[in-house]
Amino acid sequence: MIRAVVRYLDERSGTAPFLKKALRYVFPDHWSFLLGEVALYTFVILVGTGIYLTLFFEPSTATTYYTGHYLPLRGHEMSVAYRSAVDLSFKVRAGLLMRQTHHWAADVFVASIVLHMLRIFFTGAFRKPRDLTYYLGLTMLIVALLEGYLGYSLVDDLLSGMGLAIGYSVLMSIPFVGGNLALLLWGAPFPGKPDFESRMYVAHVFLLPILIATLLGLHLFLVAARHHTQFRESRRTTEKKVIGIPTFPGQAPRSLGLFFAVAAVLFLLGGLIQINPIWLWGPYHVAQGTNGAQPDWYLGWLIGALRLVPSFDVTIGHYTLVPNPFWGGALFPLLVFLILYLSPWLERRLTGEYGFRHLLDRPRDAPWRTALGAALFTWVFVVFLAGASDRVFVSFGVSYVGQIWVYRVLVVILPVVALFATRRLCLALQESERLGRIRKQAEAEARGEMPQPE
Amino acid sequence: MHAVVRRALATVIVVLALPAAAGAQPGVGVKAKTGKGLYAAYCLSCHGVDGSGVTSTSHPPGVLDVHGLGPPLKGVGALAADFYLTIGYMPLADPHEQPRHTKSPFDDREIAALVAYVASLGKGAGVPHPQPQRGDISRGLSLFTEHCAGCHQVVAEGGYVTNAVAPPLHQATPVQIAEAVRIGPYLMPTFPASQISDSQLNSIIAYVQWAKHPDDRGGWSIGRIGPVPEGLVAWLIAATALVGCCLVIGRRFQR
Repeated sequence: MIRAVVRYLDERSGTAPFLKKALRYVFPDHWSFLLGEVALYTFVILVGTGIYLTLFFEPSTATTYYTGHYLPLRGHEMSVAYRSAVDLSFKVRAGLLMRQTHHWAADVFVASIVLHMLRIFFTGAFRKPRDLTYYLGLTMLIVALLEGYLGYSLVDDLLSGMGLAIGYSVLMSIPFVGGNLALLLWGAPFPGKPDFESRMYVAHVFLLPILIATLLGLHLFLVAARHHTQFRESRRTTEKKVIGIPTFPGQAPRSLGLFFAVAAVLFLLGGLIQINPIWLWGPYHVAQGTNGAQPDWYLGWLIGALRLVPSFDVTIGHYTLVPNPFWGGALFPLLVFLILYLSPWLERRLTGEYGFRHLLDRPRDAPWRTALGAALFTWVFVVFLAGASDRVFVSFGVSYVGQIWVYRVLVVILPVVALFATRRLCLALQESERLGRIRKQAEAEARGEMPQPE
Repeated sequence: MHAVVRRALATVIVVLALPAAAGAQPGVGVKAKTGKGLYAAYCLSCHGVDGSGVTSTSHPPGVLDVHGLGPPLKGVGALAADFYLTIGYMPLADPHEQPRHTKSPFDDREIAALVAYVASLGKGAGVPHPQPQRGDISRGLSLFTEHCAGCHQVVAEGGYVTNAVAPPLHQATPVQIAEAVRIGPYLMPTFPASQISDSQLNSIIAYVQWAKHPDDRGGWSIGRIGPVPEGLVAWLIAATALVGCCLVIGRRFQR
């Protein structure tokens, strides 16, 4: 069957050599290499459900009144955007399923990118020649964060409005240019001109998805062009030779299966577990708010940072040079991404290894990288946890102010602890492996066998 | 009315602000069934004889500059007494902690007797009779968002405010809601009828009653507080399941 299709295409386009190559392209088969595919397939689901939503969502802040069947909103003044999102959830066939699946997919998309990135980082897969692939991946992560934030904000429910108000203040807090930047984007002081909704919409449904798709294309092209990395498992895996399974019959069915699994999980969540019940939040009006408003998880680290930074402004006389939200909301994420972007270069400088690296390290094989990475991610994770401290207080009664102070201490101590503990652990694992090898060899010799080189 | 409310507010704040206010412990061999007897056993040590309050200059002044161990109860009325007793804030468990909704150590008859006794101490507001069935849920949502959601969260799930918790309202009865709005217990502001009329109050209560069992389309509601539980589900269910899939269909290191 495949042969027939290839012949058909080849006779009409002359692409047989390419197709042959594509079908014989070797894929890695270690499970951790599938995390990136999970992100890819989640993106496919996002685009699919997103297209469905655009058919019904109306991105307009024009005032309207709700006249539908949902009692608590009857007669409320609201934007057309919010009303269309409520109608989309209640009236449109499969509308709520699609909206919830889209939102769950957004949460899982970023989660799978982060998991994929952790695999890349802790196995040293970002080393030359794949550093460019890694930069593209990081950029996609940043774009995905922004894309998710815009999706959350478009709906114009109470949480959207509060989220935008925080985003606006953080943007305003950038020294010197913040005010102008905010005015440029919003068109007028918060909540901005009606155009702002159109801008968010175009960015969310067109510009950013296209950008992600383009980066994704380049990312995958580079992966294919340089082939995958591999663990140093047997004598067959060397820096020179790529080992794996071919597209067909090895990878294609497995990858298809993974796609179905991703779709199944996301649609099951979309159908069974409520996410962002906008009809409960109600429409947004300036100066209104609800307690416990939170961003989606992937921006939780920024809320955490805003909470942890002690209250101070940098002022010269009456002029506020650096308003407080800048530190947690802008500088902190910039710093984290800067470190991530610089990691391949830093590693080259620190280790002096400038050559090509096609073989992966297990985390224990590179104790310093693993330890520094663990410290970085511990740092971000502690800040992330602090973002939920108000809910922890309400749910478990742990003093809020107490929590904040504990986090302020932990955010300094835990990364250092993680650094040294991880390094010790890596060295201990190496040592136990070495002892294991010696014991095996000794046992073999005792049995009178020839020692086998590893 | 204003003065009554303010004094009722002071009642809580002073008792909370000043240490050593926890006096009598209920249930220690007291048989008195009359309001006055119960008052003498459980309330008098802080609130003084005939609700005159216990003032002490040795304590630093509390909020609103009130001196004393327990504020006077003359004129707080049945409204305040009914609220603090039915919700279990009084007798106070720990004067240093914000009182939490607990089961009252008194039974209904004892509460009624105590309320009647406190009401008899002076002129004050009676126990309100809200009529949420006359309220409008939609108007209630608007009013609740405007006046209440900033602390109690828009679906009345509660939240954090500076130095206190704004409790969830799952268990609040219509009468307790009406009382709390007028009293402003602990750090909650007082809303006199000039700010929230009785008919508006009916709508707010209708909404709070509705919010106890709101329209949960879309499946399991996971707490109705938005992204924090959603993030937990995304990681603990979705991401875990998908990593599991990868482990199943991918190859693992051979041991």
